[in-house]
Amino acid sequence: MEALLDRLKTRFGVFDFEQKKTYQSFCSVDKLSLVSLVTYLKATEGFKVLVLISVVDWIEDGKFQITYLLNNPELKTDIGIRTFISRDNEEMESIHDLWEHAPTFQREIREMYGINFPGSPRVDESFLLEGWDDIPPMRREFDTKKYSEDTFFPRPGRKTNDPAEYMKQKLYPDEK
Amino acid sequence: MAEEKENITGMHDDKFLAPENKKRIVIGPEGEEIHVDPLQDYFCTERPQTSEPRNKTVEKFLNWARAESLWVLGFGTGCGSIEIPPLLSPRFDAYRFGVAMRATPRQSSVIIISGYLAVKTLKRAIRSYEQMQNPKFVIALGSCTINGGMYWDSYNTINRLDHYLPVDVYVAGCMPRPEAILSGFNKLKERIRAGRAEGANEYITNLDWYKANQKKIIKDWNMPDYNW
Repeated sequence: MEALLDRLKTRFGVFDFEQKKTYQSFCSVDKLSLVSLVTYLKATEGFKVLVLISVVDWIEDGKFQITYLLNNPELKTDIGIRTFISRDNEEMESIHDLWEHAPTFQREIREMYGINFPGSPRVDESFLLEGWDDIPPMRREFDTKKYSEDTFFPRPGRKTNDPAEYMKQKLYPDEK
Repeated sequence: MAEEKENITGMHDDKFLAPENKKRIVIGPEGEEIHVDPLQDYFCTERPQTSEPRNKTVEKFLNWARAESLWVLGFGTGCGSIEIPPLLSPRFDAYRFGVAMRATPRQSSVIIISGYLAVKTLKRAIRSYEQMQNPKFVIALGSCTINGGMYWDSYNTINRLDHYLPVDVYVAGCMPRPEAILSGFNKLKERIRAGRAEGANEYITNLDWYKANQKKIIKDWNMPDYNW
């Protein structure tokens, strides 16, 4: 992995390299060089399998983190490539021409986070949410509890206990 | 009647309809224009009617017969659909209670909502329920159908099933084991024999309330209001 990292550093300016396990490592790259890096990894380094694309919403930093997890079936190693895009301009370059299943991931991300992938096939069709007209539900400013209470019909009489307090009262009623 | 029909079919929003279901003008072989509205022309838009009971003795006999052959629609949602196969396997053997699985809504009299319902699934469940023939019964499994269960604050799963479909028997648990489901079937039989399982008639009596609830959450309503 060390040799691979050196090559990636000089060619694509990869930073924040982390070796989590012997078979799994992560690195970050600039938004603009992501597609060329992924293409290079697929074509030259043998990372032929796109395992998943996932998104994290860092609302405090005003960023979305997109992680592309690639797998090398010969070396049995994974590499995760993180890239950060701004929450104001949520648009990412599509990789639908590299893997056939990438459009499905991108369609789901488009629906759940509202990140656009221009040119990706069927990206604007609804995937899991049919007829959704609110802000995308996996964004952190979306209040799922409030939405549920407004939309569905909560059954009254539901109460919750703090588990630690509850068990303390049950097991040790004399202690304060 | 005409006004009611207007009311009940007037809420369609064309933008969600599939292309083959949209209103259009077709040019005939001799150049004449034919107006096609598939939701009016291809589907029955008649408002459903309640079925009145026959005389007492006959109805008692019919209810006994209905209770002894419950045919269940093979429709699984959520984790409860995993509990159904063991129910039919030799260990629990639901066949001895007259419970059998059927493949299509037209053949079945019971629909089991076996767990949480996403809005997308609810639409399919409503379609299946409405296509079943009277008398029909609904069994709801698990706390998800009662009050939302562990998904009570989710943006995409309903909280109370009885606002969308008329539920006859709830089986509590997360998930209920097959024994509990069998007990639920026995409870349903008792209700049917006593003549209290009138869910299908209630649904039709309160159709406007049910439809308003359903349309509140199913925003891309692209089917007839009642799926005959």
